[in-house]
Amino acid sequence: MNFPTTFFGWVFFLVEKYGPDFIRGLGVTLQLATLGTILGCLIGFAVGIIRSVKIDRHSSVISQTVLRVLKAFIAVYVEVIRGTPMMVQATVIYYGSMAIWGLDIPSFSAGILTLTIHIGAYFSESVRGAIGGIDPGQMEGGQAIGMSYLQIMLHVIIPQAFRNLIPQIGNTFVSAIKDTSVLNVIAVTELYFTARTVTGTYYKFFETYCIVCAIYFICTFTISRILKLVEKHLAGSSNYELIAEEEVNE
Amino acid sequence: MAEDTILQVNHLRKSFGTHEVLKDIHFSVKKGEVVSIIGSSGSGKSTLLRCINMLEDPSDGEILFKGEKVSYRPKDKNRFRAKVGMVFQSFNLFANMNVLKNCMVGVEIVNKGSKEDAEKLARKYLKQVGMSAYINARPAQLSGGQKQRVAIARALCMKPELLLFDEPTSALDPEMVGEVLEVIRSLAEDGMTMVIVTHEMMFAKEISSRVVFMDSGVIVEEGTPDQVFNHPQKERTKEFLSRYR
Repeated sequence: MNFPTTFFGWVFFLVEKYGPDFIRGLGVTLQLATLGTILGCLIGFAVGIIRSVKIDRHSSVISQTVLRVLKAFIAVYVEVIRGTPMMVQATVIYYGSMAIWGLDIPSFSAGILTLTIHIGAYFSESVRGAIGGIDPGQMEGGQAIGMSYLQIMLHVIIPQAFRNLIPQIGNTFVSAIKDTSVLNVIAVTELYFTARTVTGTYYKFFETYCIVCAIYFICTFTISRILKLVEKHLAGSSNYELIAEEEVNE
Repeated sequence: MAEDTILQVNHLRKSFGTHEVLKDIHFSVKKGEVVSIIGSSGSGKSTLLRCINMLEDPSDGEILFKGEKVSYRPKDKNRFRAKVGMVFQSFNLFANMNVLKNCMVGVEIVNKGSKEDAEKLARKYLKQVGMSAYINARPAQLSGGQKQRVAIARALCMKPELLLFDEPTSALDPEMVGEVLEVIRSLAEDGMTMVIVTHEMMFAKEISSRVVFMDSGVIVEEGTPDQVFNHPQKERTKEFLSRYR
């Protein structure tokens, strides 16, 4: 068999031979990133909202205590996750679940779990920032008409914070695509893991990783462009219609 | 306490750290009264109003609403606030809702009214403040005077028994002050009980049934507009008012 002699020759050779594997790897990467982002952002919202709650000293002792304990627990979660590398978290979750509970969870599930708690911790800080950034007057406006803290949060603060967080969700998704590559340490067959397998056959490291690099880039670039369009669409029209005089006087 | 006293403030004190902003305030409002609170910046006028609506926790003292001591438990607090409207200097309209929805949300969520009732009320009061044409606009698209009129409509939709105004025209361009004062004037004519913290002396003189002058956290002098503006008894009052002549 004749092997290619040039860089591009090898690139075409590898793409031709392993194309379907790369696509399959990309599929796994995108699945991980999508699920991880969705679940992670949900956790991030819950955690960020709870962290933003100000304890009302006039509320009952029980609810104050519950909130304090919950906040302490959450603070530990966020600090630990933000203070350790995701690659290490993945191995701890994967091997730890086996060692501690005797659970043999599939590496894909362990990967999703890792991404979820990782994104959750980071995104919660964005949520907290977005909520903290809302004008305190919005809260007072709600209080002045007798809305409860929860009602103001649900109807006024969170919708406004959410709007500001949409670009952040997009960014999180794009970085999740890249971050999935570290999950190769627990043998999740995502794109990077596929590449590692491919290099094991022909020892063409540079060529293989160039291909993988291009796939990652095309993928993230396309997605961030799409997200830009979505953002623009969501910003909505800045115009409004005046109601005609006759209609007003009806 | 008189039968028709709607609000009574006793021995109210408020400190921010070591700084005492309100010093033993006694203050009451009767049904149908329009009370204006005047005084220089930092005299404690706004803090008094914010304490009345429980946006600030007083350090000491009590507030009675229709003879009953108000409780700071969250549920009681919200019930009280639903009956006592507040209009802010900075409007505080909900930025994520249009004008109509801003007025409906309290009726729907707090008073558990139906959507139809909420909309009917909102349209009625928006018409009263002359903002019917703008029901689809977002707060960010309105001028200051328009925003403040919507804020007043929002408070009115709750059918408040007492309406508090915290410097309602201080953030407005001079030409927009008039439209807001006009709305407040018409409310006074309809017999709405109001407490207005203001720097608009002419306006206070004209519409108030009683004027309260505050300085350094105490009520220096109070009485009818004629007493306070034309025949002030205290030196501090005279000094303050001389700057507005």
